[in-house]
Amino acid sequence: MRTVRLSIMGFGAVGQGVARAILQKKDYLSTMDIEPIVVGISDRGGACVEAGGVDLEAAIERKQKTGSVAASDLTALDVIKDIDHDIMVDATPTNIEDGEPGYTYMLEAFRHGRHVVTSNKGPLALKYSMLCDEADKNGVKFRFEATVGGAMPILNLAQDALAGNSVMSIEGILNGTCNYILSRMTEEGLSYKHVLGEAQELGIAETDPSYDVEGIDTACKLVILANSIFGMDVTYDDVDITGITKITPESLSLAGAEGMVIKLIGEVRDGNDGIIRVAPKLVPKNHPLAVGGTLNVALLRTDMAGPICVKGKGAGSIETASAILSDIIAICKNRC
Amino acid sequence: MIVSMDLELKDVPGQLVRALIPVSESGANIMSVIHHHDQRTPSGAIPVQVVFQLTSGQLDEIIDNLEDNEMRVVSVDKKYRLESVTLILIGHIVHSDMGDTIDQIDSTGFAEVVNVSISMPGIDKPSSASIVISASGKSELIKAVGILKRVAGQKDLLVIEPIQTDSLR
Ligand SMILES: NC(=O)c1ccc[n+]([C@@H]2O[C@H](COP(=O)([O-])OP(=O)(O)OC[C@H]3O[C@@H](n4cnc5c(N)ncnc54)[C@H](OP(=O)(O)O)[C@@H]3O)[C@@H](O)[C@H]2O)c1
Repeated sequence: MRTVRLSIMGFGAVGQGVARAILQKKDYLSTMDIEPIVVGISDRGGACVEAGGVDLEAAIERKQKTGSVAASDLTALDVIKDIDHDIMVDATPTNIEDGEPGYTYMLEAFRHGRHVVTSNKGPLALKYSMLCDEADKNGVKFRFEATVGGAMPILNLAQDALAGNSVMSIEGILNGTCNYILSRMTEEGLSYKHVLGEAQELGIAETDPSYDVEGIDTACKLVILANSIFGMDVTYDDVDITGITKITPESLSLAGAEGMVIKLIGEVRDGNDGIIRVAPKLVPKNHPLAVGGTLNVALLRTDMAGPICVKGKGAGSIETASAILSDIIAICKNRC
Repeated sequence: MIVSMDLELKDVPGQLVRALIPVSESGANIMSVIHHHDQRTPSGAIPVQVVFQLTSGQLDEIIDNLEDNEMRVVSVDKKYRLESVTLILIGHIVHSDMGDTIDQIDSTGFAEVVNVSISMPGIDKPSSASIVISASGKSELIKAVGILKRVAGQKDLLVIEPIQTDSLR
């Protein structure tokens, strides 16, 4: 049995999802000869550390009762630097101003010889190449399947399952909040404002929804796809972005009369006519990209396999943890 | 607009040039001329097919001109459209001079707005429209959509284009 020591930075929906996934999948992982041990967890309140393995159930309970997982004087950075472990899982909030705190956590983890698995888009959307260079320099792995499409596999699909193919373009719905709003507006003929309020009540949209509805979240995901799958060197500022705030119910019914729906589509295309763009687009109702609810979907056009389409849950605690766990397992199989 | 015109010319020197002058002088862009020497009519005339791009309004003039010069115009086909696309516009469409927006496409000569449906929910609210553009070919259609996007940008209208569906088999 190989012991894999982990730290979890950020203990919100995703961080706790990872803890639950590790608890739930203990037996499954042992059949793969993997024994995960979480040696440290941190949130804004501080950190808890246990070289022999934090009691995850107790940690979740403490977080829920007291609001913080903290049980020591150590900070997140202390854990990353000083507590010996193999993989740092970053589930801190996405920040597209400067990528912090995730950016510093990742750099420090690399410098201390730790692999990094993250669901946090901010640092990747801003400083992708610097992060990859630092990981390479230190001979460690950097994986981030959870940053794009939540549970829906896309990075690992393109890079592992479709290895050998050149991917010419990817387009898709990469933000479940926008998809929910447009789908509801279409079905009910309601205004944008009305449906946004409804989505906020259901917890599908944030109190400040601009990150989702202005297309910023989709743009960050496109940057990650463009850099990691297409080998581009782009940042958030290179994306041409239009959000969904101007969409009217009338426009949706006019589209409907033509057999179409309107979806917020992110699109990356390689080559001379290269494009990296987020915009509302008309999608034929019977097209694979015309999925409803909060679903995410992506259509990859490849040279050998032709078009490949994946759809799935783009968010959620355990769903996002699924993508993180698959990255952890991939690193373990690769001998960490 | 693309016009395909069938003419019958007398078999005397210089006839073809005389037939093409009124077309090119009208500002039309001649795309192809097919001279059917081998398919003479019983009266000995030679059928010629001319395809040209034209901005609307001048076609009658060209036909009159040809007929005044004793050339027989056998048929005129204006429905020579190859590609079309439906787009959605959102914003103050009518108050930003819808007519001008359409004219900018129609005046290209290679593309035309063939259908518009507008929905206006209230005076201060943005309107929505679906608009169908036809063009003489794919690249012309892309150009026309580019023009629409430029004009819409100036007028602060949002243009919603369709996704590319062609390479999905
Ligand atoms: N939720 C999803 O479905 C989903 C899907 C895909 C990707 N993601 C991404 O995954 C990340 C986490 O998302 P989430 O939904 O779990 O967010 P969340 O519920 O807001 O959790 C964020 C966690 O990070 C902690 N944190 C904040 N600043 C920190 C710092 N300086 N050092 C250490 N911890 C810090 C917070 O601490 P406190 O608890 O003390 O506030 C909180 O525990 C985000 O980047 C998000 O974009 C989320």
